[in-house]
Amino acid sequence: MSDKTLTPEQAEFQDFCRAWLQENKPAPHPTPLPQAAYEVTDPSHLTYLTEWQAKCYEAGLIASDLPKQYGGHGMTDCQQIASNEVRSAGVPYFINWIGLGMAVPTLLECGTEAQKETFLPPIFSAEHIWCQGFSEPGAGSDLASLQASAVKEGDQWIINGSKVWTSLGHFAQYMLLLARQDKNDKYGGITYFLAPMDQPGITVKPIHKMTGESGFNEVFLDNAIVGDHLRVGNVGDGWKVAMATLTSERGAGVGVGAVVGESPMAVMQQVIQLAKDTRRNGQRVWDDPVWRDRIVKVYERTEASLYNGRRARVKALNGGAMRIPLQGKLTGSEISQSLHQIALGILGLKSSLYVGDEHAPANGKWPLGYMNTYTGTISGGSSEIQRNILGERVLGLAKSK
Amino acid sequence: MTTPKDFGFDDDINMLKDTYAKFLLEQKTTESLRPSLKGTEDPYHGSPRPAYFDTQNWQKTVELGMHAVAIPEAQGGIGMGLVAATALAEEIGRYALPTPLSNNLLAAFILRQAPTDSAKQLLEDMASGLCAALALYGEDGSLEADSTDVQFSDGKLLGSAWYVTDAQKCDVLIVAAQCQDGIDLFRVNRADPTVELSPDRIVDLTRDQARVAFHATDAEPLTEQGQGSRCLNLALPALLTLTAADIAGAAEWQLQATADYAKVRHQFDHPLGFFQAVKHPIVDMMIATDETRSLVYQAAAAFDFDPDDAARCAHLAKSSASDTAEFCANRSTQLHGGIGFTWEADVQIYHKRQMHSQFMFGDGVWQRAKLAELL
Repeated sequence: MSDKTLTPEQAEFQDFCRAWLQENKPAPHPTPLPQAAYEVTDPSHLTYLTEWQAKCYEAGLIASDLPKQYGGHGMTDCQQIASNEVRSAGVPYFINWIGLGMAVPTLLECGTEAQKETFLPPIFSAEHIWCQGFSEPGAGSDLASLQASAVKEGDQWIINGSKVWTSLGHFAQYMLLLARQDKNDKYGGITYFLAPMDQPGITVKPIHKMTGESGFNEVFLDNAIVGDHLRVGNVGDGWKVAMATLTSERGAGVGVGAVVGESPMAVMQQVIQLAKDTRRNGQRVWDDPVWRDRIVKVYERTEASLYNGRRARVKALNGGAMRIPLQGKLTGSEISQSLHQIALGILGLKSSLYVGDEHAPANGKWPLGYMNTYTGTISGGSSEIQRNILGERVLGLAKSK
Repeated sequence: MTTPKDFGFDDDINMLKDTYAKFLLEQKTTESLRPSLKGTEDPYHGSPRPAYFDTQNWQKTVELGMHAVAIPEAQGGIGMGLVAATALAEEIGRYALPTPLSNNLLAAFILRQAPTDSAKQLLEDMASGLCAALALYGEDGSLEADSTDVQFSDGKLLGSAWYVTDAQKCDVLIVAAQCQDGIDLFRVNRADPTVELSPDRIVDLTRDQARVAFHATDAEPLTEQGQGSRCLNLALPALLTLTAADIAGAAEWQLQATADYAKVRHQFDHPLGFFQAVKHPIVDMMIATDETRSLVYQAAAAFDFDPDDAARCAHLAKSSASDTAEFCANRSTQLHGGIGFTWEADVQIYHKRQMHSQFMFGDGVWQRAKLAELL
């Protein structure tokens, strides 16, 4: 069944994507992959996922709409199609999600021509894995209070400080780095860099999360060196450039095909199935009207997010360009969290069985997934910060400071 | 997804929506309503509230052709679909407008499902400006098709219909009644001496409502052989979507009014919106409203372009809308503080309209029970 609203070129590309994904779907890795790209720590998973991303890039499923000079495929309005097909094909996620989802839009918006030509192609092919160095132990939701220092010496910068919650830091070749060149100017004292990770001044140390996984790290910058040609934007414009990165992280950026895990609707369908398959107190959980109402309420919100995405592109109906896109990260993460809470409720005591227990339903996927939903509601600006942003930027309410 | 990317909101429909919105803005709808409320405030000692019907507003609505939007061209209408009707319903909600147009739109979608000449004749009469209201509910207000308490036998209607919205603004009633073969729909003149109208005292200030008793009333069948329930079931997605659109429009008003108030009202040296305890729930109103709006547009598009999916999408839209109605009404009053609790503030007008709309054609819980059957 193809979509009636597509142009002939788009329809042809959609058919191509489907056939290609069907034919090239990789055999599963011998050990199960983590639920999302930001949890990957096993080097053999990295190799497997890097090869997969490179293959998809070559086929045109990544950077579909970008110009050829930046390593793109020069198509028009095809990325959304490719991403949808990738998401529904049951194939592995793309490992280089920070590169695709944050570095690419930031470079496209604020990078020099030389930076775009040098850095974009190896991001698409996953030859260079990227990480993000924004948060610090003392700078979380109040990101602009960051303290890592940048001192210019000749044509390079000397960086000192530490970064935290650095997903993929253990594999990354480059970091999107914010550092402070002026201690006396909170917002205007920040500069944005592309920092090479493979150097003696940088040490990466894993952090174990509540799930027991260690997909993210603390990164110590001890006289790390970054060339001035790796600065993005002017000295002191780092905060503005960082906003471009964060807007992409929160779902409002230009899509180049970052697909990090299962689609919300796929997880939703699994939960409905779980309720139909799970029997308790003499009936299917699905036949308990209280549980069914809770499940269908989240189903309703998941569908709404889907159509919000479509409405965001309809000028007459969207209520302003940023109103819906800025809600994406907040609602997506909160809906996912409720959905996982419901899955645990459906399972009842079975939800106590965790990864590695032979009786654990879906190998502990639900309690693991539930705990990981806090990644969504806390990182990249917590839900509370998102509500401030929406209230201030979209509704024009006074800044809470 | 086989509905259009713009949900079918093409240039014609956007222009229609803008024209109607501009007209309603000039009408100062809540200000015009106010004089009719004078002396009726006190529920214990006040006089019963007369049904408010701005006939000039209605005349202009007819002059603009809005009344005929959903009536087929063959019956003298404009022949547009549910997307266009939804655009109008959303504006009606945004301006909390008391208008027979709401029920005329609903009626048009019911009558379009009936193949009879009498249904076509009624559509034609509506295209000339006749107002119709719906008498579908029994006392329990349940929407199950067999819940009507009205009986049809020997060519006459007997019994009562409950919760008839806009009963005092209409010329004819579309009545669901039990017949030998099931449920059929009938056309009744509201002015018929055997039709006894008892106005309800209701919370909602923007609509009127009545119980209508039929004492052996002459009635013209609009459907035959028990096809009335089929007709209602086919029209139900449209009824749900239009009601949800009204809620979405009103919720957007509640959101904007509350945000505006949080900018001008100062406490503790700051505008209210500075405080996150106020700011965050206003954002939650926006999130609820946007979810409802997107589901409403999708439901309208599904009805016009992907009918197989229309029922599911409509239940989704009204499920979301009913909860949004409750939530936005609740927050709008709470966040306005003392003034929001007064008769003087317009938030109360919208709050009460939402309290009414929330339960029309089934609340959120009912929609979700219906949805679950489809999943």
